[in-house]
Amino acid sequence: MSSISTHAYDLGTMDRLSRQDTSVHRLDGRAKLLTTLVFIVTVVSFGRYEVSAMIPFFIYPLVLCSLGNIPLVYLVRKIIVVAPFAILVGIFNPIIDRQILTTLGSAQISGGWISFISILIRFTLTVWAALTLVAITGFNAVCAALEKLGVPRVFVVQLMFLYRYLFVLIDESLRLVRARSLRSFNGKGSGIRTFGSMVGHLLLRTLDRAQRIHQAMSCRGFSGEIRVLRPASFGLGDVAYVLGWSVLFVGLRLFNLPHLIGNGLTRLFA
Amino acid sequence: MSHHIIEAKDLRYIYPDGTSALQGISFRITHGESVAVIGANGAGKSTLLQHLNGCLFPQSGTLRIGDSPLTKDTLTLIRRTVGMVFQDPDDQLFMPTVFDDVAFGPLNLGLPPQEVESRVNRALEIVGATHLRERPPYKLSGGEKRAVSIATVLSMSPDILVMDEPTSNLDPRSRRLLIEMLKTFKHTKIFATHDLDLVLDLCERSIVLKQGLVVADGPTVEIMNDQALLEDSRLEKPFRLQSCPICGGAKANAGS
Repeated sequence: MSSISTHAYDLGTMDRLSRQDTSVHRLDGRAKLLTTLVFIVTVVSFGRYEVSAMIPFFIYPLVLCSLGNIPLVYLVRKIIVVAPFAILVGIFNPIIDRQILTTLGSAQISGGWISFISILIRFTLTVWAALTLVAITGFNAVCAALEKLGVPRVFVVQLMFLYRYLFVLIDESLRLVRARSLRSFNGKGSGIRTFGSMVGHLLLRTLDRAQRIHQAMSCRGFSGEIRVLRPASFGLGDVAYVLGWSVLFVGLRLFNLPHLIGNGLTRLFA
Repeated sequence: MSHHIIEAKDLRYIYPDGTSALQGISFRITHGESVAVIGANGAGKSTLLQHLNGCLFPQSGTLRIGDSPLTKDTLTLIRRTVGMVFQDPDDQLFMPTVFDDVAFGPLNLGLPPQEVESRVNRALEIVGATHLRERPPYKLSGGEKRAVSIATVLSMSPDILVMDEPTSNLDPRSRRLLIEMLKTFKHTKIFATHDLDLVLDLCERSIVLKQGLVVADGPTVEIMNDQALLEDSRLEKPFRLQSCPICGGAKANAGS
């Protein structure tokens, strides 16, 4: 029960962070969304054994978080929450792929371990970037940006409603859980059967609510299209933001920066 | 100004499960009146309210709002004329921010952006919620949510306001502020409520429903003093008309 409420509180924190007024918060949502997409695509496009070339990419979320005044600890904690998924995806690589690719001192490192690490870095970079996007833009502004970029309205509206009623749903389920725990003793009453009926109840209530919301919408002239009044300005700053980052990402993708620096240093001292 | 009139003639409605919610209801509410629809749970209040702006259509009988009968063709006009405030603000406030929500109706009416903007500002000002403009609705307190719900309707400039349990879940202070605010509205107003003290404050006329029928329709003061009628309709005298349990006063005298 407490974990659900903690998550709800967490969503609230994300919302609060997104309402700050910093240079990155003021950018158009589309610019931030596009840049994040370019970032994710470039990071994902690296070869499976690539590790060093991805390290410079950490600059992107780091810069955004510091400019946007987003507490790092908070985001890192969120990344750790979803980390098990990435670990599960990559954990079998070291077992399957035992070909020795490199040595570190006397230790031999197999391709499996390298691709596992590569997956973890990729995962950290992409999740961090996505979380940062939401934290400096706000969920609803991301939705609005999606819509303006041509994503079908049905999906965008679904997302918006999901977010809006998530809080109501969490409240409602918390009340149900509390009501059950107050009348369950010695483990009686908290089994799977009650759980099933609770979920069923929640579904029925949700359907009822959906109907009432639809009525409320119809009463105010809803005809299948959500209209929002929001002046959107994609200014020069936004263009520069998207282009600047994209050029950097593509450059870092084409040239392995740590490798180049390493080579340069070796040559310098050779 | 005939377009603020609501006239029901022999309204009947049976739900698909066979519950006969309205069994022939007739009344006429004229311009500027403030009317309470009261009655026990399940007396048909909510069903009646849902007819008033076409969430439900009468199965027999007619309902006229202003100059036009309620039909599928007049639905837009009628929904524009009748502003409906739902009981649960969480049902009414579905947009990401308060501003978007208050702008929802006017935008659907196809008004130009500047007009929408000024209407939203005016509506928020009336309910005293200008400072909540950019807030997400789920972060508001109960009283704030209620105020914003009302603003979402006011922004469409309705002639008639219909409210379902406007004071439910409000703390006494918020309730009082709401009542004072509603007093200043010049619209034709219809309230469905169990808060009979609110009725005493706001409505000069009351319609009492019982099992889908109108059992009384008249001045609020007379109805609230008709002990037999109130008991028969599972209602109670408003607290202010009851005798005070502390300072005494014979209960028997309170009604006379």
